[in-house]
Amino acid sequence: MSNFRIAGKGRVNRSRQLRFTFDGVDYNGFEGDTLASALLANGVHLVGRSFKYHRPRGILTAGSEEPNALVGSNRGNGRFEPNTRATVLEVFEGLKTESQNRWPSLTRDIGAVNDALYMLFSAGFYYKTFMWPKSFWDKVYEPVIRNAAGLGKAPTAPDPDTYASRFAHCDVLVVGGGAAGLAAALEAGRSGASVILCDEQSELGGSLLSEPSAEINGQLAWDWLEDTNAALAAMPNVTVLPRTTAIGYYHQNFVGLCQRLTDHLRIVPDGAPRERMWKVRAKQVVLAQGAIEKPLVFAGNDRPGVMLAGAARTYLNRYGVKVGNRVVAVTSHDSAWHAAFDLAKAGVEVAAIVDVRGTVPTQLVAAADALRIRTLIGWTVTGTKGRLRVSSVRVNPVGAGGKVGGAETIACDALLMSGGWTPSIHLFSHTQGSLTWNEDGQMFLPGRGKEECRLAGAGKGRFSLKAAFEDGAAAGAAAAADAGSGAGFGAEPASYHVEGELSFTGVTGRELPTDLDPGHAKAFVDFQNDVMAKDIRLAVREGFKSIEHIKRYTTNGMATDQGKTSNINGLAVASDALKRPIPAVGLTTFRPPYTPTSFGTFAGYNKGALFEVTRKTPIDGWAEENGAVFEPVSLWRRAWYFPQVGEDMHAAVARECKAVRSSLGIFDASTLGKIEIVGPDAAEFMNRMYTNAWTKLAPGRCRYGLLLGEDGFIRDDGVIGRLAQDRFHVTTTTGGAARVLGMMEDYIQTEWPDLKVWLTSTTEQWSVIALQGPNARKLIEPFVEGIDLSEGAFPHMAVATGKICGVPTRLFRVSFTGELGFEINVPARYGRAVWEKLFEAGQRFGITPYGTETMHVLRAEKGYIIVGQDTDGTLTPDDAGLSWAVGKTKPDFVGKRSLSRPDMLAANRKQLVGLLTSDPKTVLEEGAQIVLDPNQPVPMDMVGHVTSSYWSAELGRSIAFAVIQGGRSLQGKTVHVPMPDKVHSATIAGMVFVDPENKRLSA
Amino acid sequence: MLLIRCPYCEAERPEVEFAYAGEAHIARPADPSVLSDDEWRDFLFIRTNPRGRHFERWRHMHGCGRFFNAVRDTVTDKFSMTYKAGAPRPSDEEIALASSAADSAASVKDARP
Ligand SMILES: [Zn+2]
Repeated sequence: MSNFRIAGKGRVNRSRQLRFTFDGVDYNGFEGDTLASALLANGVHLVGRSFKYHRPRGILTAGSEEPNALVGSNRGNGRFEPNTRATVLEVFEGLKTESQNRWPSLTRDIGAVNDALYMLFSAGFYYKTFMWPKSFWDKVYEPVIRNAAGLGKAPTAPDPDTYASRFAHCDVLVVGGGAAGLAAALEAGRSGASVILCDEQSELGGSLLSEPSAEINGQLAWDWLEDTNAALAAMPNVTVLPRTTAIGYYHQNFVGLCQRLTDHLRIVPDGAPRERMWKVRAKQVVLAQGAIEKPLVFAGNDRPGVMLAGAARTYLNRYGVKVGNRVVAVTSHDSAWHAAFDLAKAGVEVAAIVDVRGTVPTQLVAAADALRIRTLIGWTVTGTKGRLRVSSVRVNPVGAGGKVGGAETIACDALLMSGGWTPSIHLFSHTQGSLTWNEDGQMFLPGRGKEECRLAGAGKGRFSLKAAFEDGAAAGAAAAADAGSGAGFGAEPASYHVEGELSFTGVTGRELPTDLDPGHAKAFVDFQNDVMAKDIRLAVREGFKSIEHIKRYTTNGMATDQGKTSNINGLAVASDALKRPIPAVGLTTFRPPYTPTSFGTFAGYNKGALFEVTRKTPIDGWAEENGAVFEPVSLWRRAWYFPQVGEDMHAAVARECKAVRSSLGIFDASTLGKIEIVGPDAAEFMNRMYTNAWTKLAPGRCRYGLLLGEDGFIRDDGVIGRLAQDRFHVTTTTGGAARVLGMMEDYIQTEWPDLKVWLTSTTEQWSVIALQGPNARKLIEPFVEGIDLSEGAFPHMAVATGKICGVPTRLFRVSFTGELGFEINVPARYGRAVWEKLFEAGQRFGITPYGTETMHVLRAEKGYIIVGQDTDGTLTPDDAGLSWAVGKTKPDFVGKRSLSRPDMLAANRKQLVGLLTSDPKTVLEEGAQIVLDPNQPVPMDMVGHVTSSYWSAELGRSIAFAVIQGGRSLQGKTVHVPMPDKVHSATIAGMVFVDPENKRLSA
Repeated sequence: MLLIRCPYCEAERPEVEFAYAGEAHIARPADPSVLSDDEWRDFLFIRTNPRGRHFERWRHMHGCGRFFNAVRDTVTDKFSMTYKAGAPRPSDEEIALASSAADSAASVKDARP
């Protein structure tokens, strides 16, 4: 196996060798390596296939901006992640990785046929190629594209990891731990401010990690770094977070940080979270995110072995890895020269430095001469060769007037390129900070900001080390002062003396000049989305003028790297094609997250049982012990039915229904929403809120209340008891409780603040036990004190306070089943004890616990609606057959005016009706559509839908409710319900199927 | 996440404690029955939906529970001020005064002027 390590270079720990695999092959690396550096050390450049054309791709960068080198990483125990950037993945013993988007293998990939068919995949190919015939989309195009184009495979097993999150507050948050960020943190830390310093890499230092020969205040860079790390660690007011990416910058200095805790560990400690989301509210923010190098755009710039010059320099200086044995550098910027010099000094043959600029700083040429490196000034690159790795580069001189001369071919196994540097202004851009175009540097720089924020160093276009240090120090000191911290620190920020500063000039614009047909040049701008310069030019020719449109049409910058290496190049090409300056073409908006972030980090603790709260009633435990099957109802879990041995749901519900109708059932109704409405104006408030009239309701009596929105549509309902002249006990639907209270509060606070009335949510103060059935009174009579339960004294819809089983109760004589019934409210803490007492005593009546399903069936048999199931926010009281509940003589109530709007009076409104299937055994699907003529052509005219549908054991047949246009005038008519098996017919009926005379209520 | 000042609690609290409640200063008519259908429609459904300064209602849902009003810019999301329910719509001068206090330090800072 080839070895590209260079003795004595780099920061990796040579005493800690690690084994890992890539595509099943064993490789060695060192502690401190990334997967990219370790693969390069083994001579591996080919790591993946591109998204669209399946072109062989290598490692382009050495950082989080990597668009190409995406791998599947398997950390064991089900910990698999697709699309991990090899340039940030830290190698550990036993790590397993694989290439993506290739079949059957990375070196022999069938999908590469796309490369030959590239004309099919040009700009807008999604829109153009696959438009017709329509039926081809589902069957042919979509599956083929899914198979052939794509990133890694999504994991199929649940994520075994846990994720943490926390809030934090600080005076100064410093994003980026390079020269500027370190200086800022030092300064802010020394002032006494509370400081958080985060950096996405495994260690602090940024570019200093690739710059060992620079001298800072007389110390070599890495010595200075060590001392600085120690100084920061010694400050208790400074929190240093490596492996922590600031992913988003939100309003009022709220910054999201994703801290990676265990991905680099061979053995994950039990229970250790994989990542932690920090939600930081900082008084002041310093952004020191550095800069990202730009590729040059020329034919064949995507071949494995072609990489950014700065990356090659990082692999050499930080990881001790040479990226090739014979390299060529092509550049429009000084930085590639420095990379070439470092490689040459490390013994690598540098075949040539090709600089597209007409003139370069003389000291660079002199240095190249001293190292015996051939320099081609004013030359261009027009192509590369090599199937799976670059083997040669085609270069041409560019003469006066831009004429490209004859080509020369230079053999090489690595090609370094640099088109200059782009300041990382992403986070600043998240805050809607304005950007200004710097023509000299061909870069956007931060303009006016919207937050308490400073930028420093290369992230704001100040590229020299000295400038970065001093910029950072000044920003840190000023941020601490503005945060109001730093009692008396007040000294001038530290100054920095730097030796070994590198020259840093040069820019690039559009794609490089060529003597070949640019219409066939595979000159890539966006490596991850396979967008070429000619795609952007095509988009412009087809009439796209805005960069936002060009971006979406070509997909430039829309991949997971969000165009970190491609946006500015794409813009330059578009600007050239449009013949408009770059600022006039614009820049697309950067959006969070800065780098791809796991869903787990966003979910944090909110998964599994903690995804949302489960509300349980005081009687829930009894239900669980007695075999209840539960169903969720809003946030509550409710007993659905109580199956006995051998029973399915159907049998259990039939038995429960029968027990209620024939003797006695017991039901936990504690989830009912409850609001206590108290005050001298309580009745007036009720009159204004509910449709019904309340003034004449006597204390001790209940009434069904109907609540509308101001738009006239039903919002909620419930039985409301008047306990005293100034006190109402309101019940709401289970799911509507909070909404109803909020709506009432709104009116009291903002429309009728003069009313003397107070609202209190009492939902969880009361346990509610519903006893329903002909034997209900007989059961409770012996346990009740202080209430005369006789029919005359305590009729249907009565309410009274007293005692039951020795504890206080609000006893309601109400029924949602049509049977004689009571709802026993007791303070929540007594709920289960009273329930158990009554259940025990009820054995002589065969008392039967029942769940929500039986409750639904029984109420439907009686024609009682459930708001939210039989209504959907578009039904008026009249639509629902509830006109009787509207106090028509009241001058006003919420929603009243809307009831006389013309639309609300139309004859063909959908109305709630009963439905009886022609085949009594057929139970219709809830939600099924209803048509009048089953033989009409599709699309049929759908006149309504089924809202509730059950098997009624009492009737020995199915029953249903439906909303149907003009339904009440169609009584007795037949309608049709197409369902998957066949079209069913049904007859429109009234809604009360059982005991229409209400005799049982008073049995 | 925005920080919102509750005028009743007289404190800034994170957005998650609050619920948005629509446009402000739309009073329910004292007697809806005298309104024409069009007037009632306008009250129910027609909103200004401006780009820029918006008068709107919020509720300190998970705090004091009070509804209050706010002046917020729909482009920047920035709150100029909040005030109690029932208080009149603030004047341009009042809004300018309140937002300049909040704004004074919020321009991008050059560390080396
Ligand atoms: Zn408050």
